[in-house]
Amino acid sequence: MANVIDDATIDYVGILAKLELSDEEKEQAKKDMASMLDYIDMLNELDTDGVEPMSHVFPVNNVFREDVVVNGDDRDNILANAPEEKDGSFMVPKTVE
Amino acid sequence: MNLMSLTAVELGKKIKAKEVSVVEAVNAALTQIEKQDAKFNCYVTVDKEGALKRAEEVQKLIDEGKLTGPLAGVPVAIKDNMCTKGLLTTCSSKILNNFVPTYTSEAVRNLENAGAVIIGKTNMDEFAMGSTTETSAYGVTKNPWNAEHVPGGSSGGSAAAVAAEECFYALGSDTGGSIRQPSSFCGVTGIKPTYGTVSRYGLIAYASSLDQIGPIARNVSDCVAALEVISGHDEKDSTSVPTKGYSYMDALVDDVKGLRVGIPSGYLANGLEEEVKQGVLQVAEELRKKGAIVEECDLKGIEYAIPAYYVIASAEASSNLSRYDGVKYGYRTEKFEGLQDVYKKTRDEGFGDEVKRRMMIGAFVLSSGYYDAYYNKALRVKAVIKNAFDELFEQYDVLLGPTAPTTAPRCGESLSDPLKMYLGDIYTVSVNLAGLPAISVPCGVDSKGLPIGAQFIGKPFGEKEIIRAAYSYEQTRAYARPEL
Repeated sequence: MANVIDDATIDYVGILAKLELSDEEKEQAKKDMASMLDYIDMLNELDTDGVEPMSHVFPVNNVFREDVVVNGDDRDNILANAPEEKDGSFMVPKTVE
Repeated sequence: MNLMSLTAVELGKKIKAKEVSVVEAVNAALTQIEKQDAKFNCYVTVDKEGALKRAEEVQKLIDEGKLTGPLAGVPVAIKDNMCTKGLLTTCSSKILNNFVPTYTSEAVRNLENAGAVIIGKTNMDEFAMGSTTETSAYGVTKNPWNAEHVPGGSSGGSAAAVAAEECFYALGSDTGGSIRQPSSFCGVTGIKPTYGTVSRYGLIAYASSLDQIGPIARNVSDCVAALEVISGHDEKDSTSVPTKGYSYMDALVDDVKGLRVGIPSGYLANGLEEEVKQGVLQVAEELRKKGAIVEECDLKGIEYAIPAYYVIASAEASSNLSRYDGVKYGYRTEKFEGLQDVYKKTRDEGFGDEVKRRMMIGAFVLSSGYYDAYYNKALRVKAVIKNAFDELFEQYDVLLGPTAPTTAPRCGESLSDPLKMYLGDIYTVSVNLAGLPAISVPCGVDSKGLPIGAQFIGKPFGEKEIIRAAYSYEQTRAYARPEL
């Protein structure tokens, strides 16, 4: 394998992806990611000098519409999906000491 | 007469002629599901009560002459990544195990306005990441042709439900082949429209720049009837592309005289099963007999489509799936200390392995120091692939090839080697990268008795050409159904 993913990298990726990985998951992730990157490195064979990165296939640029409210108040139904709610708000653990 | 063997359009005609009531049609579907879905597991949720209630409402509107379209009263199954107001929508993930949307996705709403009755939500690979419908948190879906084989994925539940006659047609979504490949494996027809044709509003995002909703049905005409209903410009989706018309019915003609069909030689190269190759060549021969001009051509850079796809799709997924945090909806971990702990534990417990794998790769390729080498490189390769298609479409009206390199693999064989599974997307992902329309049609069965699929690829907004080619080919063979 050309790519080697070290512990620091997998910890960093875990932070970015907000995942709490077990040691076992980390080891597996290191292997999977390395083999995936080895495969992805194949892209370097293709000369793309002078080619602009293409995010949209069609020329759709800024799309605007009038800022008009079209949906009604749906608070109760939306809150019904919340794992925990209080006084019409989403409830989370204390974040500021 | 077994109602469930009718096509969607045939049933619609019978409902219109008052030979069959909408309630009878819904009951027929529910009975079939009850009889055999324990074996195939096509559905995550069956909405018996809602469907029967809705059937009566729709019947009334038909009787009053307010619903006259070809699909009025016809039961439909919806992939479980499209929001349906008041009806559980899981994306086949534990992290959405209790999510009841407060609104309905635009494509489904359009179907409802045309008189569709939603019978239930179909199983899929978790967050549409997979090619076998084995990564679902709600059990594996089985192939109706042989329950020891997978139905394909990620819209495996939709394709299997259509093949198993547990619905009349279904909606799927296609990010890298997720409509076409399961359609191929299950011996049914599926269309992935041009990017921007069907609104993505209310489709739970996997890779937003590639995702597109489309129909799966037992023949081309049914797919076209559904496509006409779900397509259209929607200002709620900023990537929706307004076009001149969304009428596809007039493309249902048995005539390919003079149609220029290119077969990319790379699509017939190594890795392709011989029986699949023969199936596709036989499609070419039938079209030739009908007067089409069929020749091999060269599609450049196609081998780079899969790595480019996995970089782009994973990057977008890592961003799109950051919203699942155990705060506003869905699953939340039970034991936690502080908010960061809620996020991390909820996500670790709520997501399956394949989803985590892609989120991590995605986070990596977007991270500082790697962004240009991986993500921007993939976007450059995407441009090269798009240009290669554009060049070919100067010479050809449609391209023909296999949908997948093999027929349906056995259950349990694919997930152990993710990279190998990804390679199965070779003929489908490039179409998503270039935003093109494509259709998969059944073209026979192999010696194992499993269906083979052929794929027609069209130029941007060239739905009519691929529909004409697929419909003309379809007239040369009878619909083959599995023994249920």
